[in-house]
Amino acid sequence: MTRLTFIAFDGTRFEVDAENGSTVMENAIRNGVPGIEAECGGACACATCHVYVDEEWTDAVGGPEVMEEDMLDFAYDVRPNSRLSCQIRVSDELDGLVVQVPERQA
Amino acid sequence: MAETARTDVLIIGAGPVGLFAVFELGLLDLKCHLLDILDRPGGQCAELYPEKPIYDIPAWPVISGQELVDRLMEQIRPFGAEFTFNRMVSGLERLDDGSFRVTTDEDEHFEAKVVVIAAGGGSFQPKRPPIPGIEAFEGTGVHYSVRRMEDFRGEDLVIVGGGDSALDWTLNLAPVARSLTLIHRRPEFRAAPDSVKKMFALRDAGKIDFAVGQVGALRGEKGQLEAAILKTPDGEREIASTRLLPFFGLTMKLGPIADWGINLHENLIPVDTEKFESSEPGIFAIGDINHYPGKLKLILSGFHEAALTAQAAKRIVHPDEKVVFQYTTSSTKLQKKLGVA
Repeated sequence: MTRLTFIAFDGTRFEVDAENGSTVMENAIRNGVPGIEAECGGACACATCHVYVDEEWTDAVGGPEVMEEDMLDFAYDVRPNSRLSCQIRVSDELDGLVVQVPERQA
Repeated sequence: MAETARTDVLIIGAGPVGLFAVFELGLLDLKCHLLDILDRPGGQCAELYPEKPIYDIPAWPVISGQELVDRLMEQIRPFGAEFTFNRMVSGLERLDDGSFRVTTDEDEHFEAKVVVIAAGGGSFQPKRPPIPGIEAFEGTGVHYSVRRMEDFRGEDLVIVGGGDSALDWTLNLAPVARSLTLIHRRPEFRAAPDSVKKMFALRDAGKIDFAVGQVGALRGEKGQLEAAILKTPDGEREIASTRLLPFFGLTMKLGPIADWGINLHENLIPVDTEKFESSEPGIFAIGDINHYPGKLKLILSGFHEAALTAQAAKRIVHPDEKVVFQYTTSSTKLQKKLGVA
């Protein structure tokens, strides 16, 4: 099990145990983290699971692929540490990962 | 105003489930007319994931969204369904004889004995970019589509986005606008490479401007847009703008269905599992838009629902005909309808 922390826009912290191989988005939905909509269900076909990866974790998580970059164009207030959480796969290396939920999804 | 078009079954939504309903209804000799807000068949399969693989269509280990749509169009060809695209259904009312009158946002009318709502997640509508206060300028300074290019003549235009719509309108409107700035979050584009090349050529010739960043705010008074505030990692700056055209893709909204007097449950239409009929007799709902205990939003579930709805529709349209259940494999009658016997 890998520990993930979601910080909602209002500052509420959600600490969840995630299974390796699942996506960060799936864990947000399963645990009712507010502000993650995931309209398309994880197909990288919308931009409603947008998160900011905590600065300490950006290297471990890595950057978006081309298709994800294209989708991020539709997201609100995109920053250098923006990712779509459906495209981040949980693994041992991400144990302790912290992501922030933006003010709103697109 | 156009004449009223008549059909047996009016299908709202031309996604995979609406298309397959044509097949099941067609086998029972029912004629269909489909309405869709997109400009082509396929719904989400065509709009959201045409190239993405689907793995749970029976007998297709893998098939792309677009290929599924193409195959369905081929499968329903024998039934000669009619399509009207680029329309949103705005009204649905019951006539005295129990049939329905459906009105579109272009004020066209259709009359049908049965209405099948196969509208998926609702109708695709342009996404409103999350710019604070943008609502105040919509229709006067902010537009999500271009109906007449002349409306933009002599204006200071800002176009936002990196897809085909943004690039195509940049190229088309550059000659009529007083000034034109294209804003995109990054220097790479989703749009066709050829359009991108042409856009950069216009910029190099000094005809348009291109800025990397996001629109953070709008400035203006009483709906009259004056400037867009460009946010970049280096700071903010103002770009003079009397018209802003954001192209941020499409999102799904339920739309006017909520106003038709059908019972809804969390924006879904509750149905029975025998006929998939709504609270209004003669109005059926199939695919992602319906709800019943155990509902799964799978394309294959929608196909099953279409088959059962067709049986019920037959009894409404041809109440005196006895329906004998037949298999396409063995029935010469059905094979004739399919044009293979």
